[in-house]
Amino acid sequence: MALSASKLQVGQTFSAVVVEDLSRTQIVQYAGASGDYNPLHTDETFATEVTGYPSVFAHGMLTMGMTGRMVTDLVGDGRLQSFGGRFLSQVWPGDDLTTTASIDAIHGEAGGPVVELSLRTVNQDGMQVFTGYATSRVDP
Amino acid sequence: MTLERFPIEAGHVMLFARSIGDPNPIYRDDEYAGASEVGAIIAPPTFVQAGAQFDDSYPLRPKIGVPWFGSGRAPTSAPRESRPGGGSGGGGGTGLHAEQHYLYHRALRVGDVLTATSRPGERWEKEGRRAGRLLFSETITEFRDQNGELVVTARAVGVRTERVVEA
Repeated sequence: MALSASKLQVGQTFSAVVVEDLSRTQIVQYAGASGDYNPLHTDETFATEVTGYPSVFAHGMLTMGMTGRMVTDLVGDGRLQSFGGRFLSQVWPGDDLTTTASIDAIHGEAGGPVVELSLRTVNQDGMQVFTGYATSRVDP
Repeated sequence: MTLERFPIEAGHVMLFARSIGDPNPIYRDDEYAGASEVGAIIAPPTFVQAGAQFDDSYPLRPKIGVPWFGSGRAPTSAPRESRPGGGSGGGGGTGLHAEQHYLYHRALRVGDVLTATSRPGERWEKEGRRAGRLLFSETITEFRDQNGELVVTARAVGVRTERVVEA
């Protein structure tokens, strides 16, 4: 299902929980799929004893991937024109993450209407872990 | 990074979608995808990051016959200088990934065979509150399809810190 520009308003927001109680296993699953096996993410002994972090933590790209799922659920498949952002804080095992997308602008272009979204993913304490943007084609 | 051949394979896309917790059938179901607007199984928006699997020189994957720097009998099997460290696609060195940006020129489909070339972008420095001096560097990667057409342009920003940031 794709969004329809005629039903959207600037300032409108959408939210979804993208992970609850993030597991170390999911972080390892992402390592296996992405190919990034950095022991900071996959090896508790290395992360705590060698680098001094309190535990392993998620790849920034796992947080961005989960954020992207919320965005594609919202705008539809194969419609994104851009997607980007910053990793602001580490995501740890046990975290719950929620992504909120806000409509910043809707404008007409040759290929049809385009929506500009700002994105914010926060943890269970309300701390921002990722902020960014996406632009997407939408239906008229 | 240079990728001479990054084939977009159905099983890989399915595993990647699972790992980000995305149950959308557009990433695994031929029949569903065939009847959809895009007409084929596509890859999730951050999938090109998994091109690392096809990069022979990628430092964050254990390689057969080469000592790995993670824990085994000891917490690490490599001295600090020889560890590739963080840099999940962003920087390398003892760095972390600070930003990631994608421009999509078209949807990436199973069956596409990509090549990729990276070039360095800007570099800058900042004084961090907790981590000392922060060194930022940009890497721009163009992913092209089997016809040489641009599919995704990725811009990664990596940051290297002087110290581990305490939580």
